[in-house]
Amino acid sequence: MAQGNDYSSEGTGKYLITYFIILAIAALQFVLAYSGGDMTRKFTHMLILAFIEAIVGVLFFMHIWSENRTMKFFLMLVVFFVLATMQYGWPDSFRIHNGAPFSSYH
Amino acid sequence: MSQANMTMGAHHAAAVEPSPFAIPSKKLAIWLFIVADAMTFAACLLAYGYLRNATANWPTPFEGITNVAIMTFILVTSSLTMILGIRAAKMGDKAAAFRWIMITALLGIAFAALHLREWSNLIGEGVTLFKNPWGTALFGASFYCVTGLHLLHVTGGVIALIVVGLRYQGGRYNADDVEVTGLYWHFVDLVWMFVVPLVYLLNLNLGK
Repeated sequence: MAQGNDYSSEGTGKYLITYFIILAIAALQFVLAYSGGDMTRKFTHMLILAFIEAIVGVLFFMHIWSENRTMKFFLMLVVFFVLATMQYGWPDSFRIHNGAPFSSYH
Repeated sequence: MSQANMTMGAHHAAAVEPSPFAIPSKKLAIWLFIVADAMTFAACLLAYGYLRNATANWPTPFEGITNVAIMTFILVTSSLTMILGIRAAKMGDKAAAFRWIMITALLGIAFAALHLREWSNLIGEGVTLFKNPWGTALFGASFYCVTGLHLLHVTGGVIALIVVGLRYQGGRYNADDVEVTGLYWHFVDLVWMFVVPLVYLLNLNLGK
């Protein structure tokens, strides 16, 4: 039975590099926190860094990089459907935030 | 064994799908859980961001980053020790795998202890679910909900690590079980990367 990839043949070097990259990005987030400037810009930069950290972690710590193509496709499909479902909530939050009137439906 | 039994056994084996879509079942299950749980956290963090943005007098109570920096370092390091445990398990080195898994669990306990200490300090300063001395009461509710949800995951992860580690050492679980637990632990680590900037770093008191 196929039981996924064999990581035992891989050295620890790749994991150490991933570890230090994630630590460096985390440190950058902390440096950004003390930088002055616009809060929205700071928030955007921190969020971008968090996404980069997550992508590096998912690819190399969680081994998506070396998983088979079916697995990758299946996960992308599931993520897409969950994100599409979440669209129900996001526009509603922005509608309330921007002070748009409620629906006339009673 | 009779012919009838052998035929039945063969039919049964054919009916069981051990590896749907060429993906190990346990791994598929944990990935589905991770995707669903990621969306739970995404919804919580989105709600937090919305509240923070829409509330005028949002408090910025965090004076320093030392505690949260140490917590982040511990959690990222625990991901490294976990991956070393998975690697050792895949290589069949039971003693090393058990050692790395237990180190990961200890780091998880250290993280949880620091988190609880921070909560204790905030409660001491008067921050509860429904009130705080600085601004909107929503701060306490949203802070404890988001960090509490993450702490719950860390606690569950530590328990899972200890149980899986012991059962792996006892021969009841195999390397795939260690890998599946590791996937969950990495996920908990990655979620923290989003919690830190949103909940802590954007609420630093920079002496304005």
